[in-house]
Amino acid sequence: MIGIIDYGMGNLFSVSKALERLGVDYKIGDRPQVLVGCDGYILPGVGAFPDAMKALQEHGFIDFIKDKVAEGTPVYGICLGMQLLFESSEEGGLTEGLGLFPGTISRFPGIDENGRSYKVPHMGWNQLEIHQPDKSLMTDVNEDHVYFVHSFVVKTNDPSILYATSDYHMEVPAIIGKENLVASQFHPEKSGTAGMQLLENFCKVMCKQ
Amino acid sequence: MLSKRIIPCLDVKEGRVVKGIQFVDIRDAGDPVELAKVYDEQGADELVFLDISASHEGKKTMIDVVRSVASELAIPFTVGGGIRTIEDIKETLRNGADKVSLNSSAVKRPALITEGADYFGSQCIVVAIDAKYDEEAANWRVYTHGGRTPTDWLVTDWAREAVKLGAGEILLTSMNKDGEKSGFDLPLLKAVQEVVNVPVIASGGAGSSEHFYDVFTEVEADAALAASIFHYKETSVQNVKAYLKEKGVPVR
Repeated sequence: MIGIIDYGMGNLFSVSKALERLGVDYKIGDRPQVLVGCDGYILPGVGAFPDAMKALQEHGFIDFIKDKVAEGTPVYGICLGMQLLFESSEEGGLTEGLGLFPGTISRFPGIDENGRSYKVPHMGWNQLEIHQPDKSLMTDVNEDHVYFVHSFVVKTNDPSILYATSDYHMEVPAIIGKENLVASQFHPEKSGTAGMQLLENFCKVMCKQ
Repeated sequence: MLSKRIIPCLDVKEGRVVKGIQFVDIRDAGDPVELAKVYDEQGADELVFLDISASHEGKKTMIDVVRSVASELAIPFTVGGGIRTIEDIKETLRNGADKVSLNSSAVKRPALITEGADYFGSQCIVVAIDAKYDEEAANWRVYTHGGRTPTDWLVTDWAREAVKLGAGEILLTSMNKDGEKSGFDLPLLKAVQEVVNVPVIASGGAGSSEHFYDVFTEVEADAALAASIFHYKETSVQNVKAYLKEKGVPVR
């Protein structure tokens, strides 16, 4: 059973339908009590970082997520759900995150190192560059294109958490992981074959569904 | 490197695709979900559904279409047509659409753009602009209501304003080129690209793979949309992409 964390800020419909296509059982819960005992958790997220942290707090999910990660239960953060796992974000003023991954979130500069401006958000299909193919989440994931849409990006000094990156005027962390905690900047359920493979690996390999 | 997007557009009326289905057996069904699957298999990067239903029932049916598409496909899609209120935006996105496209309703009440962007983020809000060249103004004028109603807006002013209000993307249709199959309206696209810093989707005029090449190389559009050449099987998404790839344009 996969628990989908519903704190009011995610596109739960698409991700739950994707799990149905994979034949994986799931439940959606808007408070920790409903989701106790699942084999793995998905933390989706669309919207702004400060609102999302506030909503997680109000729904009582902050300690719940930290506890699950500490216990070794697999957790997958998607898009904003990934960013929330880092130390802080500068979106809408500096806001503290869950601090489970080392690094911070900041806006794309919009100007490259040669002083040329580029478009923000990073929107569209971009190719993955895989750094750690041996991780279980990365089983059969190729250097395909996946669909990005984001204005804020992860900055980290710890390359060990970078499973895959993509290039958009800078190195963009795309798939992140540290033991049982994994995440992607893009929406796997909207990213064609590669995205569905990632979800399948999370549910079937990491969570043994 | 970010790839250039090819986006088929499906006009949906009362839950059925209404454009370009007459000549091809498979599309006699006129089922938007079936057609969406065909385009997905061909490698479409994204889909746009424009609801042109006149009735209230038709609008309700559109939500079922949105749910079915979101249930079965793993690519992003945009829904437009008749989205007038923040409630309409919420309902469309909550049923699985990734973006909504606002046109006449945004011109009528620009605050709708901001309300949608504040609630769901700019990336969900596409502002669709229909523009036609105005000799007197020596610029393009914005039209609403399916191109029937001229407005006071010049396209560059409205595009700039829409982005300022929170639009995350501009879907720009040239009324002069629409249906002509003589190529995209490069001067119009160039004019708008120069004033906005969000992705621009070129629309109107696609007739061949070369036209896609031109729009991606000459004005650096981020994405290009077409309806009839795909519906009538004059070419396929696959063919267009193969051509672009051979010419060195990054595609998926």
